[in-house]
Amino acid sequence: MIEIRWHGRGGQGAVTSVELLALAAIEEGKFAQGFPAFGPERRGAPVLAFNRVNDKQIMVRSGIYTPDVVVVLDSSLVKLVNVTEGLKPDGILIVNTTHSPQEIREQLKYPGKIFTVDATHIAREELGTPITNTTMLGALIKATKVIKLDSLKGPLEHRFGKIAQKNIKACKRAFEELKNGTPR
Amino acid sequence: MAKRIGMEVAIAAAEAVALCNIDVAAVYPITPQSHIAEHLAEIVADGRIDAEFITVESEHSSISACCGASGAGARAYTATSSQGLMYMHEVLPIVSAMRLPVVMGLANRAVSGPLNIWNDHTDIMPQRDSGWIAFFAENGQEVVDMSIQSFKIAEHPDVMLPIVLNIDGFQLTHMVEALEMPDQKEVNRFLPDYVPYATLHPDRPVSMGTAAMPEIFTEVLKAKDEALINSKKTIIKIWKEWKELFGREYNPVEKYKTEGAETLIMTMGSMGETASLAIDELRAEGVPAGLIKLRLWRPFPFEELKEAVKGAKRLIVTDRAISFGGPGGPVASEVRSAFYNEKDRPIISNFVIGMGGRDVTVANFKDIIQKAIKMKKQDLDKYVLYGVRE
Amino acid sequence: MKQKKWPEKWHEINPGCMVFEPGSAHAYKTGSWRAQKPIWDNAKCIKCGVCYLYCPEGCIAEDEKGFYSADMDYCKGCGICAHECWPGAIEMKEEGEG
Repeated sequence: MIEIRWHGRGGQGAVTSVELLALAAIEEGKFAQGFPAFGPERRGAPVLAFNRVNDKQIMVRSGIYTPDVVVVLDSSLVKLVNVTEGLKPDGILIVNTTHSPQEIREQLKYPGKIFTVDATHIAREELGTPITNTTMLGALIKATKVIKLDSLKGPLEHRFGKIAQKNIKACKRAFEELKNGTPR
Repeated sequence: MAKRIGMEVAIAAAEAVALCNIDVAAVYPITPQSHIAEHLAEIVADGRIDAEFITVESEHSSISACCGASGAGARAYTATSSQGLMYMHEVLPIVSAMRLPVVMGLANRAVSGPLNIWNDHTDIMPQRDSGWIAFFAENGQEVVDMSIQSFKIAEHPDVMLPIVLNIDGFQLTHMVEALEMPDQKEVNRFLPDYVPYATLHPDRPVSMGTAAMPEIFTEVLKAKDEALINSKKTIIKIWKEWKELFGREYNPVEKYKTEGAETLIMTMGSMGETASLAIDELRAEGVPAGLIKLRLWRPFPFEELKEAVKGAKRLIVTDRAISFGGPGGPVASEVRSAFYNEKDRPIISNFVIGMGGRDVTVANFKDIIQKAIKMKKQDLDKYVLYGVRE
Repeated sequence: MKQKKWPEKWHEINPGCMVFEPGSAHAYKTGSWRAQKPIWDNAKCIKCGVCYLYCPEGCIAEDEKGFYSADMDYCKGCGICAHECWPGAIEMKEEGEG
């Protein structure tokens, strides 16, 4: 079973990300959970959202404290929040940033795999807005292979209708442009 | 054919209710029930079902509107949480006294004060005596299934009682997970149209919501209690029907690895799933532990509980509510009372957990079971408020 | 007051305590509750019907001539008709008096 924690700011669509991932995994015949850290945060406040994906039925319903993967939607959160808290030392960190994986490693001293992508840039170009939730899904899939990239198509089309194609494109670009950092 | 889909459980609850072709929904939004209210309103506004969605000004009004609508022969539904349910409180015993089959989805949330929007059972426990049938759902599939079952059970001529389906707030309502949504044909086969015992219609005059003098009140209450007690056999019968049609089994008390279990832990609601993993780990370590899950809360399943616990030395009752200044957890006090006169009764301990949304992990459940096994006799009377910082 | 017949045992009670006999309140004669009764002075009565409209018991009725009186089987003597009668045609008199 893989456990994923997402860091975002309220209004950036972290909850949508976890929902889309869960739906795509379920369509593949897997079992999945997608849920926010429920709270009264308003737009802009740092928020957390979570996924579990498994081949068998998921029985655990408590929170996720030691995720295998952490995704950071907003680069400004890296300084603000301890994004690697609880992240398994042999896990995966994926950050939306203009910095390189090596620079992130020096900043956070995280020993596991680090991937970066300038999702804000991709989102601005493809979607005309700096909302990176769907873009980062592409990054997540490339880094973890948790689901097939194609499985996102259905949920994206269902959720975004007319602008689904743009989101699919942003997703694919992050998938292709993801930078891989060599772990120590 | 039922479809396997991913869906947020609150949305799934609204979809399940819509499959039941309700006539009236009177719902006032409150976190964490709000997605049920919003999605049901959307369904009605889109014309997917022919129903009246009454945007009432409060929960007191929503339950009152359902009461009136049900009396007029409508299949009525409402949903709420916490303070909303508290606001409905004075009407709840009236709906059951009037034998009206209103169905309610309750997104369990802590009761104020102080203000807390997260999950526990302090909202449903004060309604124990209201005369409503009460079920607890453990996952999204059960929320869907039991929402649909509730209409058939409530409206059955041998029942005619309102039902509250307990759905852990946030833990279930806001969780996107895999479930099978029955299709309309399957639901139509299972759920017939509502045929009320009586309706408020000028052609056949009837008074509902009458007054009763001291000379008759005792008999009236006896009739009400008998109705609730007798409803159990119909509940079980309809659960059997569900199994035949959909393949999923529902029992008043669910058992998990209870064979040969020396120690049993009892849960209600979604925590049961997390607890089952603790049992798996303990069993692998050679600890003979098992889990029982109370699905039917009212009418209280005395026989099924005793049968499930037979042979066990120890029963740990987990509560998610406290009766302040009293015996601790309400579920434990009822369980103790159920076993009081039994010759062979287990050692019963009470752990109060998960209050106001505090997380309970697999490790916590293992710890609780191990602590309970070591508990001394003189400590059994007091409830353990698990994890309290003191 | 006519004695109400209770269903004797608990299982004889209608589910939900529903009452199927319409207008059964008719059998409950509340006239004995009265301490005062309304007396109409038809010389002053202008036949406006205000007393009939205001009676909370609904026991005031119009006769063939258009004047009003209360049904003594039900009148509880609340005095609202006398209070509302603006020509002052109704007087509340002690029950004891003739």
